[in-house]
Amino acid sequence: MLKVNDLKVNYGGIEAVKGISFEVPEKSIVTLIGANGAGKSTTLRSIVSLVKPASGTIEFMGENITGKDTNEIVAKGITLVPEGRKIFPDLTVLENLKIGAYMRKDNLTDDLNWVYDLFPRLKERHWQPGGTLSGGEQQMLAVARALMSRPKLIMMDEPSLGLAPLIVKGIFDIIKEINKQGVTILLIEQNANMALRTADIGYVMETGSITMTGSGAELLVNEQVRAAYLGK
Amino acid sequence: MDFITKNLPYLLAGISVGGQYALIAIGYTMVYGILRLINFAHGDIFMVAALVTVYATTTLPLYLSIPLTLVVTVVLGLAVERVAYKPLRSAPRMSVMISAIGVSYLLQNLALYVTGGLAQTYPAIPFISDTIQIGPATTKMVTIVTPILTIVLVFALMQLINHTKIGMGMRAAANDFETSRLMGIKVDNVISMTFLIGSFLAAIGSVLYFTNYASVVPTSGAMPGLKAFVAAVFGGIGSIPGAVIGAFIIGICENIIKGLGWTTFSDAFTFALLIVILIVKPTGLFGEGATDKV
Repeated sequence: MLKVNDLKVNYGGIEAVKGISFEVPEKSIVTLIGANGAGKSTTLRSIVSLVKPASGTIEFMGENITGKDTNEIVAKGITLVPEGRKIFPDLTVLENLKIGAYMRKDNLTDDLNWVYDLFPRLKERHWQPGGTLSGGEQQMLAVARALMSRPKLIMMDEPSLGLAPLIVKGIFDIIKEINKQGVTILLIEQNANMALRTADIGYVMETGSITMTGSGAELLVNEQVRAAYLGK
Repeated sequence: MDFITKNLPYLLAGISVGGQYALIAIGYTMVYGILRLINFAHGDIFMVAALVTVYATTTLPLYLSIPLTLVVTVVLGLAVERVAYKPLRSAPRMSVMISAIGVSYLLQNLALYVTGGLAQTYPAIPFISDTIQIGPATTKMVTIVTPILTIVLVFALMQLINHTKIGMGMRAAANDFETSRLMGIKVDNVISMTFLIGSFLAAIGSVLYFTNYASVVPTSGAMPGLKAFVAAVFGGIGSIPGAVIGAFIIGICENIIKGLGWTTFSDAFTFALLIVILIVKPTGLFGEGATDKV
């Protein structure tokens, strides 16, 4: 579904991504794990064209989308749940959800019911400004907002960052649930343990390059991965 | 009671000029809200609107020249944004501000060139230039029309911002450009919309404002522009209701001061107020929490 070929991205004067290639098959959960500064976020940001790649190509459903405008890419069905949630604090929860569907012109009632089913908490708080939600609720809102664009591929940048373990588990349950309903997921995480347990395919990223690939289960028992990312 | 009767003409003039400042101040505050830019050229766009009316009315009937003024002013506002601000989107804010000051002088000098430095007589617009009697005060119809029109326009604007899709896009973009792009919002269109609204209201403000004055000169936009800017800061820059309330307070205070016989100090009052606000409450009446150095 998504094919990244020899992608190089310069960010802040350094080569943050040094020619990586990977694939995200349809209906799968793929994770990129790696330490802070490995280039994971930059990779996701360049897929939606928030940063322009220096070279390489990005293909989505057989179409080259490299360097297209962000709104065109979103219209094709890719969405990014950004790091730090980035909900709109002054907009209400409901407005945050509606703005996720900004590009759509059809009726949103079904989609609102769908995300309210996934996140009943958001329904209770639909009139509250987004900024008044707790961290976990804001993360739910960020995911729900992304779902409102009816994406084919959701990319999530560190959804577990700064959340209590119980809430992290809840977020990952939702990720699996969304995937079961047919949405492809590309997840980047520092919480390698959770990410690899959830993912079908994992890639390990180190200082701008992909150093290891395997199924989530394989990487979870790999000695090097365990030593470097799982603290064992 | 006696005070009110005696000062009624000044109070009325204050409400009227306050409404005119408000229409200009909205342009400052909206552009600041979204771009964090003080658009120093805004007062000069207001002046150009008046010149367009002057020249248009020499050849065209009024029912065409006023709409023409609105259209030309909006196009000018959009063009300034496209040429002078958009290329600097990722530049430091100070560069954009310097560009705005440059546009301000450019427009003043263009006006000087076109008018040949001669004051241009502003046409008397029927109805709003008519004289009316309110109690003991004799005034022009514009004194009544301005506050009513201002309130109607502000109400319409608040509806647009709070209850339409583009309004939601504007509020989102004012929060965060990058995330707005991720939602598929075309941020450049939203910014253009902001300049369109600001210029449109400034053009309406110019028709109302200059009805009280005999003529237009290239620097005519500077003082009302500055006053409106102070109003926007007073109300809390970025906030539309703040700018409107600030503008009415400044307009009324200035004129009451004139009524007390201290006409010389009425401008000084406004700028002294700016200094006091910046010291005591830099975020203004309704401003957002974070302050930025201008």
